[in-house]
Amino acid sequence: MSTTLFDKVWDSHVVRKIEDGPDVFFIDRHFIHEVTSPVAFLGLKERGISVLYPERTFATADHNTPTINQHLPVEDPLSANQLKALEENSKEYGISHWGLGNSKNGIVHVVGPENGITLPGATIVCGDSHTSTHGAFGAIAFGIGTSEVEMVLSTQCIMQPKPKKMRVSVAGDLQLGVTPKDVALYIISKLSTSGATGYFVEYAGKVFENMTMEGRMTVCNLSIEMGARGGMIAPDQTTFDYLEGRLFAPKGAAWDTAVAYWKTLKTDVDAKFDEEINFEASDIEPMITYGTNPGMGLGISKSIPNAKDVVEGAETYAKSLGYMGFQQGEAMIGKQIDYVFLGSCTNGRIEDFRAFASIVKGRQKAANVTAWLVPGSHVVEAQIKEEGILDILTESGFVLRQPGCSACLAMNDDKVPAGKYAVSTSNRNFEGRQGPGSRTLLASPFMAAAAAVTGILTDPRELL
Amino acid sequence: MAYDKFTTLTSTAVPLSIENVDTDQIIPARFLKATERVGFGDNLFRDWRYNNDDSPKLDFVLNNPTYSGQILVGGRNFGSGSSREHAAWAVYDYGFRCVVSSFFADIFRNNCLNVGVLPVQVSAPFADKIFKAIAADPKTEIEVNLPEQTIILKATGEKESFDISGYKKDNMINGFDDIDYLQNIKEEVIAFANELPY
Repeated sequence: MSTTLFDKVWDSHVVRKIEDGPDVFFIDRHFIHEVTSPVAFLGLKERGISVLYPERTFATADHNTPTINQHLPVEDPLSANQLKALEENSKEYGISHWGLGNSKNGIVHVVGPENGITLPGATIVCGDSHTSTHGAFGAIAFGIGTSEVEMVLSTQCIMQPKPKKMRVSVAGDLQLGVTPKDVALYIISKLSTSGATGYFVEYAGKVFENMTMEGRMTVCNLSIEMGARGGMIAPDQTTFDYLEGRLFAPKGAAWDTAVAYWKTLKTDVDAKFDEEINFEASDIEPMITYGTNPGMGLGISKSIPNAKDVVEGAETYAKSLGYMGFQQGEAMIGKQIDYVFLGSCTNGRIEDFRAFASIVKGRQKAANVTAWLVPGSHVVEAQIKEEGILDILTESGFVLRQPGCSACLAMNDDKVPAGKYAVSTSNRNFEGRQGPGSRTLLASPFMAAAAAVTGILTDPRELL
Repeated sequence: MAYDKFTTLTSTAVPLSIENVDTDQIIPARFLKATERVGFGDNLFRDWRYNNDDSPKLDFVLNNPTYSGQILVGGRNFGSGSSREHAAWAVYDYGFRCVVSSFFADIFRNNCLNVGVLPVQVSAPFADKIFKAIAADPKTEIEVNLPEQTIILKATGEKESFDISGYKKDNMINGFDDIDYLQNIKEEVIAFANELPY
């Protein structure tokens, strides 16, 4: 029978099917961080059970870590306590732990791929919804709750009903200045923030075939923002070239065996999806969000829609625009902004910093803008320095911070003040996401850079 | 974590008709710093419920003494966003045992089932009926019957059935959880793992 990429990977990991219930689903690789794991370890202790396969779990500290002075003790006692719990639990159960100061430390969805832990055909979970990032490699990867973290630690399995299948295809070539982030925000704006709920998405078509691994990670990362549990892209030569030689990737004969297997991981020509959606690359322009969920996005040249043209009900829409301080029908270009955040598991990789630098080079940071540039990992930070990007940023008046999730969810000190506007390369523009009362405009690194040097929302294509 | 058994719940309900209520609203990230599962109910809907000076926002439904009960009725696409189970813990810890909506985000629904909060998905017209019934009489009672898989407006007898897998239903009725199940098939899991490429 013809099957999809998703079927092939899913079906090969079902330990047992429960009648009128979920599948018992085996997890190859498990990432944990300081925020969603402590209660899972507590649960193990209360039940008196242990970790079945400690070598399949990888711990990194990222969510609440400071992005300056990481060599000093963490000041916030609650954050320090969580970091200590992660370190102690990892040590007790024999789990590799990349804490603050470790050269491999960084955002979980950046360091996993960077170290070759993420592999095609693998099943990967983490107590974080942006685990969907790893689907870029042809893995089934999705976020789980803390009870499920405990399940994976204790039995390497979770209980999951198999989701429905959706294929999102984008044909053609992207215009200059249109990035993977714009492609994802465009798709979400068309499907809405719940349009893919209940589905697992495969991205297909020329746009994704031509995309770099980092671009694919950005797209898959944002799958959850349209409600999908995850998104994936069939592995190809781009995938293999990225992985070869990375720390945890197979080596020697094992590499050849792995690549031969990975080449079988694709959707059969006549395989059926529950839903098929098609877009044209030429319809996509640089995107910006204007509301309080990632589905509320539009092309930078467009104006904020009227209530009758959106999926939200009138009350919800009015609340959202009221929070943002925007009016129906207003243009986005020219709006004054206060903060710029470059970073996160969505856009905290080297290509994102190259893109940002390409626009700010030879220009100066606008005086009204506070900019936080936060690499996704120490490896990215080192690349920024080696490639001379740091010099460009410094000459343009920017400061580079240290790796972590930072202002994406404002669990550390990087909080956008109430009422201020932040152009952010992160993934969520929910109310208060970047700090109580903060107003987030999601965009690409190009858009963030254009706003950072002009102080207002600017079409980045004018500065390329 | 094993939880209270759930069979039938008859209660008044708290209405929150806003759509796309995301888990950052249910519990903002800055309140996720505990290492134990206690006290999250205090921060349920924190930024909608309290001003910056911690005084209550009187127009928010949880601060309105007219409404109370163990059932929370939310707008469409309830629980979108982050996978934080803390959101389900906060709902439970505040005292809710059931959330009703015409549409749930996947992870939140899953998390609820794992912590003993029953997510009941109803049709959009039935959700409207519930909101209208509560608006007309805040003391109106709703019965959620898990064995029968029905939700009933007590005043009028109007009812609808809801979906839940037989496995999850048995778990909730008996207060079992998935870890209990998985522990019992560990040998099968180990045998399976030995055959995998990674």
